[in-house]
Amino acid sequence: MSSPPFPAPDREPPHAPDGPDRHRAIVRDGLAVGVATGAYGISFGAVSVAAGLSVAQTCALSLLVFTGASQFALVGVLASGGAPFAGAATALLLGSRNTLYGLRLAPLLGLTGGRRTAAAHLVIDESTAMAVNRETREAARVGFLATGLAVFVLWNLATFGGALAGQSLGDPRTYGLDAAVAAAFLALLWPRLHDARNRVVAVLGAALALGVVPVAPAGVPVLAAGAVALVAGVLTRGADPTEYPSRDDLPGGGEHR
Amino acid sequence: MTWAAVLVTAAGCYLLKLAGLSVPPKVLDHPVVERVADLLPVALLAALVAVQAVASGTHLHLDARLVGLGVAVVALLLRAPFLVVVVAAATATALVRLTLG
Repeated sequence: MSSPPFPAPDREPPHAPDGPDRHRAIVRDGLAVGVATGAYGISFGAVSVAAGLSVAQTCALSLLVFTGASQFALVGVLASGGAPFAGAATALLLGSRNTLYGLRLAPLLGLTGGRRTAAAHLVIDESTAMAVNRETREAARVGFLATGLAVFVLWNLATFGGALAGQSLGDPRTYGLDAAVAAAFLALLWPRLHDARNRVVAVLGAALALGVVPVAPAGVPVLAAGAVALVAGVLTRGADPTEYPSRDDLPGGGEHR
Repeated sequence: MTWAAVLVTAAGCYLLKLAGLSVPPKVLDHPVVERVADLLPVALLAALVAVQAVASGTHLHLDARLVGLGVAVVALLLRAPFLVVVVAAATATALVRLTLG
């Protein structure tokens, strides 16, 4: 009844950056990101089944590929009538950014042998964002593992639920699921549009892809847009400020992703 | 064929992740490689948005999907969460189709 208007200032001791309390807070943040990401796993499951994949194929993607943008890309290319190979190639090109995340994470996490082999599967935008910029190796590991595992469990459960829901729908166009896929790609792209160079590359990539649509089989236009990244990467100078995902760009970790 | 694509994607994406954790940083530590890898998701995601929104097979076709995409932009500007953005886009597109046949 007589709670103070502001929380007590000593609730978070400023000189205990790596105690058990701090770790609990990191785990809590990881769970929050997992819950928010899981929510979009529902849309992946529904969209994937609507695109013509089976429930088993949809769940296999979330279990084995486990990197959202690549999964959406494969499903999106297949939905637009593209060849499975073109879909896989697009997915792999998108997945290449996880290699950069791994390069950044390796010295922070300091993992070797079997632990590194297992941890590799969890290298995604969310776990990277929650591991970089930590004060200690222990905190980085807690952030990486808690977020990676929370996202993995909830992403897969949500995919299964979404796939079952998608199965019970009729023609996906009736429900606007084709537009939902475009919206999903836009939401994944959005946090990267803070940067001016990225905006130019995005516009050129989209324009090139649309230019190629009338003259190439489905799936190829998207791959062609990769050339814009190649040319821009060779011709421009300076590092990209959005190189690594920020905690603020994550669902539950700040703003939307 | 779909299963093959699923499994190739799974194996490839895992190896890309493992490579990052395993190779000596110097191997890939070149500014051009880094920039291209940073810009690839931008170009590809933008292309996926465009193709998904206006392409039908090998034709460009402006239809109710653009309304959905516009709603998605508004939702993103309002900092709506991912699921809200996607559901709002789908609902708007479905409503336009329902109304205009």
